[in-house]
Amino acid sequence: MVTQTEAVVTTPATASTPTRRPSGTGRHLGRLLILVAILAVVLYPLFWMIGTSVKSPEEIVNNIGLLPREFTPGNYPDGWSNFDVSFGRFFLNSAMVSLLTVLGNAVSCLLAAYAFARLKFRLRGFWFAIMIGTLLLPGHVLIVPQYILFRTFDMVGGPWPYLPLVVPQFLATEAFFVFLMVQFIRGIPRELDEAAKIDGASPFGIFRHVILPLSRPALVTTAIFSFIWTWNDFFRQLVYLSDLEDYTVPVALTLFIDSTSQSAVGPMFAMSVLSLLPVFLFFVAFQRMLVEGLNTSGLKG
Amino acid sequence: MALTTAPSSTPRATGPVRTPADQRGSGRIWQREGLAGYVFLSPWLIGLMAITAVPMLLSLYLSFTNYDILTPWSEIEWVGLANYERMFTSDASYWHAVQVTLSFALIAVPLKLAAALGVALLLNRAWRGVGLFRGLFYLPSLLGGSVALAIVWVSMFNRDGAFNSFLSLFGIEGKPWVNDPEWALETLMVLAIWQFGAPMVIFLAGLKQVPTELYEAASVDGAGKVRQFLSVTLPMLSPVIFFNLVLETINGFQGFTSAFVLSNGTGGPVDSTLMYTLNLYIKGFVDLEMGYASAMAWVFLLAIAVITIVLFSTGRFWVHYSDGEGR
Repeated sequence: MVTQTEAVVTTPATASTPTRRPSGTGRHLGRLLILVAILAVVLYPLFWMIGTSVKSPEEIVNNIGLLPREFTPGNYPDGWSNFDVSFGRFFLNSAMVSLLTVLGNAVSCLLAAYAFARLKFRLRGFWFAIMIGTLLLPGHVLIVPQYILFRTFDMVGGPWPYLPLVVPQFLATEAFFVFLMVQFIRGIPRELDEAAKIDGASPFGIFRHVILPLSRPALVTTAIFSFIWTWNDFFRQLVYLSDLEDYTVPVALTLFIDSTSQSAVGPMFAMSVLSLLPVFLFFVAFQRMLVEGLNTSGLKG
Repeated sequence: MALTTAPSSTPRATGPVRTPADQRGSGRIWQREGLAGYVFLSPWLIGLMAITAVPMLLSLYLSFTNYDILTPWSEIEWVGLANYERMFTSDASYWHAVQVTLSFALIAVPLKLAAALGVALLLNRAWRGVGLFRGLFYLPSLLGGSVALAIVWVSMFNRDGAFNSFLSLFGIEGKPWVNDPEWALETLMVLAIWQFGAPMVIFLAGLKQVPTELYEAASVDGAGKVRQFLSVTLPMLSPVIFFNLVLETINGFQGFTSAFVLSNGTGGPVDSTLMYTLNLYIKGFVDLEMGYASAMAWVFLLAIAVITIVLFSTGRFWVHYSDGEGR
């Protein structure tokens, strides 16, 4: 199935070889059919996931149809309270980490971007080059020493175990967002700064009254992507969270994998569906922006 | 990533800008702009030092020690190049992980980019509803490397998963793909390829930049569709292809979540999904060999740097910048 579509996909848009003067609608229809076929393959796993989350254990094995013969919504409450700690707690933990990350990234990255894009200071070029350098620095490289440092300062598994997950976000360590905002601020007409300067505004005044209000689109983009990426992030949460009640949703989901019983598959799928729901809602609400707004990026694709 | 700022040619801003009226001594404060710059930069600087630079130096030091998390700082033993020696000579699983990661990146990344470009070409027309198509193709990318998606994937390619049921419709006997060392990594490659939405979006932006006059000129010269694609689209798109190639290669090398979920954190079956980062996690956080894991991390960093440099130096031969500025 997959190999077939790849053969289709990799032949460029010449599927309908034009004779001398092809009719526009015919060609268009051909392209549309190919797209619908690819889309069906792309969306199938998602529909299959939703279908499986409301199937009984027997049907999960026997029924390959998307729709269950016997609607089993009980998987949701079963999954919700499958462990000693309910999934409500895991969702709250994930939401807290994600929202704090959004706040941290928005504030700290905008401050840094304003300095890079608008202020003159010694070594600016040097620091900027370093910032660009950290764009391509794989996070996995630093996880061991960061863990050791956080542990040395008693931040791992302490009274509030999320410190290692959110402290870096308040220190503009997500270079990608800094870069995005620098590009955005450079697009704001400098005349606005000049005018404010003539009116006697300090760099702080300009930031507060010119840059901050005009940077809303960049802040919104940053907020949405930081939320989604943090919500889906697994590696760091796996490393830093060790108590069941501190778990975030992705870490909790891996507990299902340990239980190999067939009866756990439905609840596992039910909770997987719920875990993707916030991202899906973001997608529905901001679809246009997500597709248009990140043309400079493609990170974490 | 051209980092030059063109002087903005916008007409003078209309309307007054509200500024606080109580600005004192405007002249003085402007001489201190250098200070202001560092004030605004301070969170980033602290982050750079505490979260990036110091850990990098620390891990460089630790990579020459036998540190595990349990030894107190005072008792750390300097072992010289032993960690690196072990990596390059005696640790078979390390080389296996390198092999797994390389084959994953070399196969999945080109196919992912091909899928992204193919679909982008199909979508590069304006018609009603094209936006919805773009969004839906992007959705798998957005759901990204989540654990939930990896769980679905592994179940789909299980012995009694949807994929085998699909094959049985054609009378083909399936396999337990995810439990078969021959096929486990391939299922993860398919997952990566399936998430072609992010590079697709970038390709679409690139296709918008190709001037239509070029196509018109080419078709006047009698070039067919295929010829136009080869002679106009590909060269004009090469900077975007290059950009996607660099990013996706670096991403591909860091695959972790799906391999973790498939193998329940072990890299199995028979180490067939032991991606580099998963191996690093097992060595550092399961076996607690943090000195050794630090050495692995540094080699990983150098490898990524070398690969990026190689990509950039070979890119010079095929990436075509129409404005004549080679980067």
